[in-house]
Amino acid sequence: MGRTVIPIGPFHPLQEEPEFFTLTVEGETVVDIDVRIGYNHRGIEKLSESKNFDNSTFVVERICGICSTSHPFAYVRAVEDIFPVEAPPRAKYIRTIIAEGERIHSHLLWLGLAGHFLGYNTVYMWAWKLREEILDVMEILSGNRNNYAMFRPGGVRRDIKAGDIPAVLAKIDSIVPTLEMIKKAVLDDPVLHARLEGIGILSRQQAIDYSALGPTSRASGVARDVRKDSPYGAYGELEWDMIVTSNGDVFDKAVIRILETFQSIRIMKYCLEHLPEGEIDLNLGEIPPGEGIGHIEAPRGETFHYVKSDGTNRVIRHKVRAPTFMNLPTYKSTVVGYTISDATIILAAIDPCYCCTERIAVRDTHDRKIFDGNDLIRLSREKTERIRRKLGYR
Amino acid sequence: MTREEVIADLQSRFGDDIVELVDKSHNRVYMEINPRAITWVGTYIFRDLHARFNIASATDMPHHMEILYHFTIEDIDLMVNVRVKLPKDAPKIHSLASAIWALDWIEREMHELLGIEFIGHPDPRRLLLPDSWPEGVYPLRQDYREWDKTAVRDRGV
Repeated sequence: MGRTVIPIGPFHPLQEEPEFFTLTVEGETVVDIDVRIGYNHRGIEKLSESKNFDNSTFVVERICGICSTSHPFAYVRAVEDIFPVEAPPRAKYIRTIIAEGERIHSHLLWLGLAGHFLGYNTVYMWAWKLREEILDVMEILSGNRNNYAMFRPGGVRRDIKAGDIPAVLAKIDSIVPTLEMIKKAVLDDPVLHARLEGIGILSRQQAIDYSALGPTSRASGVARDVRKDSPYGAYGELEWDMIVTSNGDVFDKAVIRILETFQSIRIMKYCLEHLPEGEIDLNLGEIPPGEGIGHIEAPRGETFHYVKSDGTNRVIRHKVRAPTFMNLPTYKSTVVGYTISDATIILAAIDPCYCCTERIAVRDTHDRKIFDGNDLIRLSREKTERIRRKLGYR
Repeated sequence: MTREEVIADLQSRFGDDIVELVDKSHNRVYMEINPRAITWVGTYIFRDLHARFNIASATDMPHHMEILYHFTIEDIDLMVNVRVKLPKDAPKIHSLASAIWALDWIEREMHELLGIEFIGHPDPRRLLLPDSWPEGVYPLRQDYREWDKTAVRDRGV
């Protein structure tokens, strides 16, 4: 049978992120796949070399719009690892609360998108409506729905007020029944079972060989979670369960994410109820020369930051590794052999975040003009004017 | 194996190739090795000690090019960081990607951004930089200079 090449990208029509897949198909079956990334480099690693240690926290916060806390969390732990020092207990609990809130909204966002990719828009609407509630909680705690700016090397920037806690706990409790409903609706749905079970299987050995991370590896039976293996923040002092399944297909990846949100709620509630008293910041002062590594469990897997300092107030090397960088190469094993229509959801099942994966400055060398925000507004207004004139409006 | 046993095992097994071993803290060990030993040291840590490969960080230092391979042995919560120092004029090292799939992308990234050559990489195509980017220009090197004088740069607001 003849082979056909199907290009998807460089701007993914569904995931709305810059990546370029080349699917080689025979009939309906995918026989080969390749990916190019690099369409949206932002130079974060290089930029960080020109910022001081405090400012870099804000730079890395903007690597990802969804897991905006996991990068600062890994970064501040890398800076603390240079000494090494540990943040005060109250700061650790606050960090944990913020990180878990982010995990809940990130998993709900994925669940909604997964439903949308399958054409099951009810799940999309439910999950995203529920996500708003969690974003409200984050707004009460940090003052912002996303990009919380709560972290700094040595502690946290902002305290959680005792007066806010009852309202936050009530809000968290109020979302549990809806979450239960979504869990039942998704996990008991025969259509979703039929659609997702047995496709995109990543075996346990493959997950280990690719060093896959987070829900992608836990769905394949690799019981690895940085929160358990190398406890940071308050995780070492808490009771919670790691969710592990063994089939490695898309359905299991969905199960892991849904069940993890319940664990996150459990952790968040415990931390809010048992918030220790005391300082929230160590006031580190000068950062000594040396190198530090911070790794934390982000919603998509381990986020890894490596920082090298020469004793000045800037880093000399800041390496960022987002979880998708390790998870995305598993597509070689999971997509080949399935149909094109499966490829969409298999590629989405790792919860890819391409913009996190790309951090290096690159310009377009063909079209030398780079449009900024003002140019785009001007273009958009001109187009509106053209349409108005065409339709006869004055 | 406990943490101490792992360190003693690495020392006895690769003693000749280890340049320096720094036991920094309870979960971080830094081990500088001779670059020619990277294939067997890396494979041993990954396969026999059941470590997970985190990532590799390459740095352009004043007098050498440095790669730090990060491996985590999760059962004992120990991160083993294997350091190699390569000469600046021709940084070359054997590829680990054919033995450990997880290194495929990061070796391509280090080659594109810092110009380190990985001998025997199974798939040395470009991953991140555009096809029109000139050969031999490495954007993360300290001596990198703007090469396209006609480009309009967005300086931000």
